[in-house]
Amino acid sequence: MDLFEYQGKQYFAKFGIPVSAGDVAHTVDESIAIAERIGYPVVVKAQVQVGGRGKAGGIKLANDNDEVRTHASNIIGMNIKGHVVKRVWVERASDIAEEYYASLTLDRAAKQHLLMLSAQGGVDIEEVAAKDPSAIVKLHISPVVGLDEATAKKAAIDAKIPSKAQDGVASILVKLYDCFVKGDCDLAEINPLILKPSGEVHALDAKVSLDANASFRHPEWEAFAATQELDGREQLAREKGLQYIGLDGSVGIIANGAGLAMSTLDVVNQVGGKAANFLDVGGGANAELMTAALEVINFDTNVRSIFVNIFGGITRGDEVAKGIVEAMRRVQLRAPIVIRLDGTNAEQGRQILADAGIPADKLMSKPTMLDAARTAVAIANGKSI
Amino acid sequence: MAIFVDANTKVIVQGLTGGQGKFHGLRNRAYGTKVVGGVTPGKGGQDVEGIPVFDSVADAVKATGADASFVAVPPKAAPAAILEAAAAGVRFIVCITEGVPAQDEARVYATLKRDFPATRLLGPNCPGIISPGKCNIGITAGEIAQPPTTGGKNVGIVSRSGTLTYQALFELKQRGIGVTTCVGIGGDPVPGTSFVDCLAEFQKDPETSAILMIGEIGGSAEEEAAEFIKANVTKPMSAYIAGVTAPAGKKMGHAGAIVSGGKGTAQGKMDSLRAAGVKIGANPTEAGELMAQIIASL
Repeated sequence: MDLFEYQGKQYFAKFGIPVSAGDVAHTVDESIAIAERIGYPVVVKAQVQVGGRGKAGGIKLANDNDEVRTHASNIIGMNIKGHVVKRVWVERASDIAEEYYASLTLDRAAKQHLLMLSAQGGVDIEEVAAKDPSAIVKLHISPVVGLDEATAKKAAIDAKIPSKAQDGVASILVKLYDCFVKGDCDLAEINPLILKPSGEVHALDAKVSLDANASFRHPEWEAFAATQELDGREQLAREKGLQYIGLDGSVGIIANGAGLAMSTLDVVNQVGGKAANFLDVGGGANAELMTAALEVINFDTNVRSIFVNIFGGITRGDEVAKGIVEAMRRVQLRAPIVIRLDGTNAEQGRQILADAGIPADKLMSKPTMLDAARTAVAIANGKSI
Repeated sequence: MAIFVDANTKVIVQGLTGGQGKFHGLRNRAYGTKVVGGVTPGKGGQDVEGIPVFDSVADAVKATGADASFVAVPPKAAPAAILEAAAAGVRFIVCITEGVPAQDEARVYATLKRDFPATRLLGPNCPGIISPGKCNIGITAGEIAQPPTTGGKNVGIVSRSGTLTYQALFELKQRGIGVTTCVGIGGDPVPGTSFVDCLAEFQKDPETSAILMIGEIGGSAEEEAAEFIKANVTKPMSAYIAGVTAPAGKKMGHAGAIVSGGKGTAQGKMDSLRAAGVKIGANPTEAGELMAQIIASL
């Protein structure tokens, strides 16, 4: 789950990382009230999860109430690369002496945490990495050792951060590491990490991505989840607890397991079709989940056929079949189902489907993934079967 | 022969009294696996259809001589369960649990490396391992796996995706090809066992003549495997990589399956493997077909 900048800053603040005083506003009046409270000058920043906000006019400096009014009314509702701005973050403007970069991620190849630090911040770090890789210090951190102040300071020295900023940077790195680990982040990034003329070091931006698997120990994430911007189909899927990604084709896809679901997309593509979605009902899909999955697919008006591809492990074929029968009783499906069912209890499942008395033009069972894909694609492309 | 587990492997199930643990633990026993005990704190002394339950892994190991464990507990409890098994001297741990936080996985992996280097963890979030006809630990339906033929040409399977692991087994069974061992390593960010670990074992296993590998988008595990294959694997291989049509930047279910910044794409992975001499199928069926051709040519 990717956080908005303001949420990232609020998250950082909980771990003691210094950020600019500020607050989030949904209206022009709220923006002015915040600006008056924190004091001028302020920066009004569009809250969208897309790069290039500044160039699009989504970040503006304001010196008084009138300027806040002008900028906030321009920015709220602005469309930045397809993202409509619903909120702005209003924060005290900072004087900047220097800009650095810091981030923590998991290096999957090394199976360790990775700290990246550079004295060249405020720009696209991938460009820095391409032009001058030596300008980025990469430090692997063992999850059972962690990061202490001395190691962090050494990283700052290695990154050629000037001596006056080294202690401040090191202190923030230790806190950022704490936020990354205890806060269950996939990514915690500060760009730019700034040095003020006064000598203080401070996070001017916040990019935080949270590991959804850890949500059970972070009840406070509920508030973040509520602000995620999803299309109607994705919203419905989330409510039903399904892994769903909307795409723009006409073959609705339901599969169990992310790998099989991806493979189903690939096979549909290979036989000349386009998937309407990615939908993984997960390991342990039961009748209820199958019904929910069909409801979500049915919500998509582009869908011309529905390809259900199940290979049972934890998932049991009889449960899947019961779900399909139940869903067809409850919902008027807009498109026929083509099913391929193998694995655990597949035989019982096929029997349940055969016994349900569903017309053959509404439900077709095929013996292999490729056969099923061909049939589903043919229907979606308007050919008679 | 088989890799990691065989007919002599004695297995305990952590979470045997829970829904998943009971269903799959009993299925594993029905397959012929030596399921010698279960562990559920507070339920020691009970039994599940004749399988004795113990309060701790240490108790279970002491009483049964188990050398492998099947961890089927919820995500909150999985890290502690894995470390408990390692501390009790279990050498092979299979964790099927889906939804373990990445920070926990990284910490458990590092702890095992530091404190229990002789212990191998498979998973989390994996379907498990099956040496057909000998031992099945995890959630794979045993009947889809073809046992190896003595003196024949048999295949080892390693896969990052659960359901595609079954698909791979199924493709080979359809063609009458025996499997020595099928390892599902799981798609999470920090898997206990990697492609490379399995490839090294298959390369050493005299009964394995060829290797079928199933990968997916995201991360760099397939690229690392390709490097290893180039330098160390002489047995012929076929492979399939899922996610050719996955849109970039979208997280597709698995924590592992994400394409970002042009890295970890299916195309890149296929190119690396092809350069290492692996035959690449456009879908699991084609990968099975290529494997059948390899076996016929041996």
